[in-house]
Amino acid sequence: MAKAEATFHVFRGEAADAESGVEASGEYQEYKVPVEEGMVVLDAMHYIQGEDAPDLAVRWNCKAAKCGSCSAEINGKPRLLCKQRMDALPLDEPIVVSPLKTFPLVKDLVTDVSWNYKMNAAIPPFQPKEEDTDKWEVFENDVVRTQEFRKCIECFLCQDVCHVLRNHDRKDAFAGPRFMVRLASLDMHPMDARNDRVKYTKEEAGIGLCNITKCCTEVCPEDIKITDNAIIPMKERVVDEFYDPVMKVLRGIGLAHKK
Amino acid sequence: MAKTVVIQDINATGATERNDGWWVEPLMVLGGLGLFIVYATWAAIQGEFYAMEKVEEIIIPAGANAAEFVRPYLSPICSPDLPRWFPELFSWYQWSPAFLILPFPGAFRATCYYYRKAYYRSFFTTPAACSVGGQPSPLSKLLGFTKKYTGETQFPMYFQNLHRFTFYIAALFMVILAYDAYQGFFGWEHIGYADGKNFHVGVGSLVILGNVVLLGLYTFSCHSWRHLLAGKLDCFSCSDFTSKRFDAWKRQSFLNEHHMLFAWVSLIWVGFTDLYIRLCAMGIWQDRILF
Repeated sequence: MAKAEATFHVFRGEAADAESGVEASGEYQEYKVPVEEGMVVLDAMHYIQGEDAPDLAVRWNCKAAKCGSCSAEINGKPRLLCKQRMDALPLDEPIVVSPLKTFPLVKDLVTDVSWNYKMNAAIPPFQPKEEDTDKWEVFENDVVRTQEFRKCIECFLCQDVCHVLRNHDRKDAFAGPRFMVRLASLDMHPMDARNDRVKYTKEEAGIGLCNITKCCTEVCPEDIKITDNAIIPMKERVVDEFYDPVMKVLRGIGLAHKK
Repeated sequence: MAKTVVIQDINATGATERNDGWWVEPLMVLGGLGLFIVYATWAAIQGEFYAMEKVEEIIIPAGANAAEFVRPYLSPICSPDLPRWFPELFSWYQWSPAFLILPFPGAFRATCYYYRKAYYRSFFTTPAACSVGGQPSPLSKLLGFTKKYTGETQFPMYFQNLHRFTFYIAALFMVILAYDAYQGFFGWEHIGYADGKNFHVGVGSLVILGNVVLLGLYTFSCHSWRHLLAGKLDCFSCSDFTSKRFDAWKRQSFLNEHHMLFAWVSLIWVGFTDLYIRLCAMGIWQDRILF
């Protein structure tokens, strides 16, 4: 029995050239790939590299959906190339593979995600309440909530799909869902000493720009409930501190405190 | 296939490489919410047949015993019936109580974290679906959202931040609706039902009970309530009280995971409850007493 064959339309393109002002552009090239049992899209990209296009640029490392390197878009949906099984895709039409569209193109399927590292570096790191960590006593109940956030593999699929960054290009004012998760994990940590994280979340990370359309949650390969468990709780903390007049009065008379 | 494309060109309306039916969900939400808004507006404008407690409120078949047709039922979109509770205060008011009532549960749903997702996608197309480009919808343009995207930082979306206050009001409404449900079972004598007994179970009683249960699940699975219960705490194990709040938060989190489901089921059931009472009051449908 003949093996099934998949048709791929893979984006082949070059980065923008700042000197000449040429925008990043490219074209979709068609490739045929025989489908094997258990195959994922990354296998198909490797097949294309091996048989048809050795210069096809695709970033990958672990092939186990844990390093977050092979982020791309498959049929328009942000996905890890190594996690998208071929048997879950319709083979009767071409499978379109393209790079993340929110970040600048480097080549083919590879994009420059360094803006995310700048956002990450700008967030004040964890500041322990007590310097002597031997004295720490942390109960499971207090960290169970933030354990979910530690599953993040920084694939930046949530950043890619977020329309604030993708369509409105508000990288000037919005840190994106990945960093709302990080800010939530820091602000909810019982041993973190900083009491200015909510202010940072509102004024520096721009949480007000998020309109909770939940696309970040839909694409997360680690199934982190980004919107429900990180962004909305942080929005509510912002409300506590900046919008709720009752909380303001309670803080004024000493019946509530920031942290 | 060798089509040259500019990689940044992703913002045109409907611009996407998705080949699934991404437009189905926003269209269904548009239809569902639109239908409820149209129905509730029509029901409010109709201004009658929202209660069955008095003979003059209902249409009775010719020659029938009127006392057999009254019921202790009140439509949830008109509860509390303020003009009836405070006749002197509302002596000037001649319209349906729905106009006084609907803005409050309406504000709770309009600022709800689930419905925000739903209508931002379906009505405002910001975005219509994930990784689908979109220009501002006609509604967005009407509200002036055509310039730089500002999310929920500017008027009027700024008020989304006050969702918890609409929750407080919705929780108060739950008390009133629970009273209405109680009346549906134990309020037959004072409306003068034919047999003089105080307790009956009609199909309408069960419909109203279902309404309060579903609305309760929706109201108390709210994200703001989750925050106020214990989500705002950083340390759950710091005292017995915070530990108890943590237990409550865990249970509420289970409900919260199903907030969208409760939002839709409760909305549909509110409409159905009103329709059931309206049809019975108009004499188009007859409520059956089970025991």
